Amino acid sequence: MKAAPLLSVENLTVRFPGATNWFGQVTSQVHAVNNVDLCVLPGESLGIVGESGCGKSTLVQAVIGLVRLTSGRVLVDGHDFAGANGTLKRDLRQKMQIVFQDPQSSLDPRLPVWRLITEPLHIRGGMPAAALRARAEELAVSVGLRSDQLDRLPHEFSGGQRQRIAIARALSTDPELLILDEPTSALDVSVQAQIINLLLKLQRELGLSYLFISHDVSLVRHFCDRVAVMYLGQIVETGPAEAVFDDPAHPYTRTLLASVPSLENSLPDVDASLTGELPNNRRLPAGCYYRERCRSAVPGCELPQALLAVPKANAESAPRHQARCCLHMPA
Amino acid sequence: MTAHSVQRPHALSIENLSLEFPTYAGAVKALDGVTIKVGNAEIVGLVGESGCGKSVSTMAATRLLPEGRYKITQGSIRLFGRDPMAMDEEELQQVRGKLVSTIFQEPMNALNPTIRIGQQLVSVIRRHEALGRKAAEAVAVNILADMLIPEPARIMQAYPFELSGGMRQRVLIAMAFSCNPGLIIADEPTTALDVTVQAAILRLIQGRARRTGTSVVFISHNIAVVSQICDRLYIMYAGRIVESGPTRAVLDRPQHPYTRALLRCLPERVRPKEPLESIPGTVPNLLDPPPGCFYRPRCPEADARCMEKPHSTALPGGQAVSCWQRAGHPSHPSSEVPS
Repeated sequence: MKAAPLLSVENLTVRFPGATNWFGQVTSQVHAVNNVDLCVLPGESLGIVGESGCGKSTLVQAVIGLVRLTSGRVLVDGHDFAGANGTLKRDLRQKMQIVFQDPQSSLDPRLPVWRLITEPLHIRGGMPAAALRARAEELAVSVGLRSDQLDRLPHEFSGGQRQRIAIARALSTDPELLILDEPTSALDVSVQAQIINLLLKLQRELGLSYLFISHDVSLVRHFCDRVAVMYLGQIVETGPAEAVFDDPAHPYTRTLLASVPSLENSLPDVDASLTGELPNNRRLPAGCYYRERCRSAVPGCELPQALLAVPKANAESAPRHQARCCLHMPA
Repeated sequence: MTAHSVQRPHALSIENLSLEFPTYAGAVKALDGVTIKVGNAEIVGLVGESGCGKSVSTMAATRLLPEGRYKITQGSIRLFGRDPMAMDEEELQQVRGKLVSTIFQEPMNALNPTIRIGQQLVSVIRRHEALGRKAAEAVAVNILADMLIPEPARIMQAYPFELSGGMRQRVLIAMAFSCNPGLIIADEPTTALDVTVQAAILRLIQGRARRTGTSVVFISHNIAVVSQICDRLYIMYAGRIVESGPTRAVLDRPQHPYTRALLRCLPERVRPKEPLESIPGTVPNLLDPPPGCFYRPRCPEADARCMEKPHSTALPGGQAVSCWQRAGHPSHPSSEVPS
C-alpha cells in the first residue's frame, strides 16, 4: 500500500567523546543524537526543526556518512548504507547529496563553476572533460545560471547564485534525495524566496525527496509534507506538517510555535525563565527530556516517554501524527 | 534645529544624510539622503536587506565608522540635539554608553573573552556613574536579575565562554541598559539566537525600554521580528529610505513596490508549496547606481517618471513613501486605503 521508503533511519544514536582523562580514556560523552527513527518516502519533503544544538545537523551528517554512527542503521533504498562496501556503497552514495548552509565555505574558491558543479562526477570518474562541461552547462541552466558564467570563480557571484551552484553540484549525480542543511539561512528574504521556488520546481520536475533542516518554522511549514521536531537529540513530535503545526501535541512544539515571529501576532507572552536553554547533553535527563522546562509537567513525566500516536478525531491522519509526551492533550 | 526649542530634541535625528566610502574603484554611495527621526521613548525599526545601509546610518550617528575612511557629503546628525561629528574623542566616550549604547549582533565578539562578566559590567558603570566598586557591583547584579538571568551573582564571576549565546546576549543588553541611556541601538540583536530565546530577548528589550522611557532603534532584516516590537518602521533599499510609517500601517497598507515585494516574499502569507514571490534582479551596485529610483530596474510598476529620483511623499496616517507611482494619487487602485 505504501511506497517503500527511500531513506529510513532506525534507532540512530551518535555520541562524541566529551572529555578524556590523563590516559586518553573517555570519561564523559556528548549525546548528540539519541535513538532517532525517521523515513523519507520517494518524492516527499521531510522537515526537521529544532533549536541550535538539538542535533539536527549531526543527524543528517550521520545519515550521509560525514559523522560516524554510534549505533543504529541508515537504510538507503533498503540497503544498509554505513555497512556497505565497494560498488554498492558508491551507488548508494550517488542517491544522496547534501547542500550546506554557507555556500561561501562549501565551494572551493579556486575552481571555476563548471568544475565545481561536476566535481562529484569527476571524482566518480569515467567522463571526458567535454562531457563534464556539457553536463555542467545543462545543470547550470536548470538552476537558473547562465551558460556564459561557467568559467567564473565563486567569488564573482552573489550569495544566492552561490547557493544555486551548490544545488547544481548536488544534482550532478542524479540523486533521489537531497539533504538541505539550512540552505537559505545565510540569504536575504527575497533571495531565499528564489531558492525555495527553485527547490520546489526541481522537486516537481525531477521527483526529488528532500530532507530539509531549518530553524525557520514558517519556512518548513511552507516547504515540507511532514515534519519532525527535535529536542536534545530526540524526536519529540512528528507527523504531517499541517497536523503538527496546526494542532501541536507536545508542549515543546507549542512553545516553539508560539515564539515564531509573525506579522499578524504581537509579541508572544513566553515566560523567559521557562524558555531557558537546552539542558546539558553530557548527562541526559531521566524521563522526559523536556520536563524541566515544561509548564504542564505532571507525575509520570519522570518516566521515559515513547513516541506514540496522538489520539485524533480524524482517524485517517492519526497514526502518522506521533508525540513523545504522556499528556497528549492538544491545547 | 534650534538648541532652545520648546520641545525636547529628538533622541536621534538624521537629516538628509548622504555618506560615501571612497575606494580605489570609486566612491561607494552607502547612504543617499537618509532621514530618520527617533522620538523620545519611541521604538523605531530599520528594515532592509543586507548592504542597504541600516547599520551604516546608526554607526555614523555614534561615530563608530572608521575615522577618515568615509565622507559625509550632505546632511546632519543630531543625538539629543548634539552633533556627534563635532565631538572630540573624550566627549564621544562620555556619550557612548551614557547617552547612546549599542547592542551588537554577535555577543561573543562584543565581550572581552579574558575578563569576567562582572568586571566588564562594573567598568562600564563606573566609567559613567560616580559609584564605588561595591555599589557598582550591586547595580550590575540588579540589572542582570532584571534581564532574567538566573543566579546573577554567579554569572558575575563567569567568563563569556562559559555562557550560552542567549545568556551572553542578555549580558550585553544588561550592559547597554546599565547606565540608563536615552537611546539604545539594537543592531540585529537576535539574529544569532533561536526563536524561543529571541522571543524572550525581544520582550526584555521592549519591557525595559517602556519602563525607563528609553528610545530604541531596532535594526533587523526580519520584518516579522521588527513588526512585533516597533512603533514605527523605516524600510531601506540601497542606501535610501523608501517607506516609513506606523508599523501596522506599513504592514497592512504597504505603498512602495519594494515593501510590498518584501512582504510577499515571506512564506507566512502564501499557501504551502505555492511559489513564493521573489524580486527579480539584484540590488544595484552602489559604486555606480542607476539614475532615478534605485528600485526601478526591478520594479513592475516603473515608467518614464522613475528615471528621476523620487522624493518622499507624506500620506495620511503618518506614512511616507518615496515613489513616483504614489506621489500624485496616494490611494493607488491596487491598495486599499480606508477612508
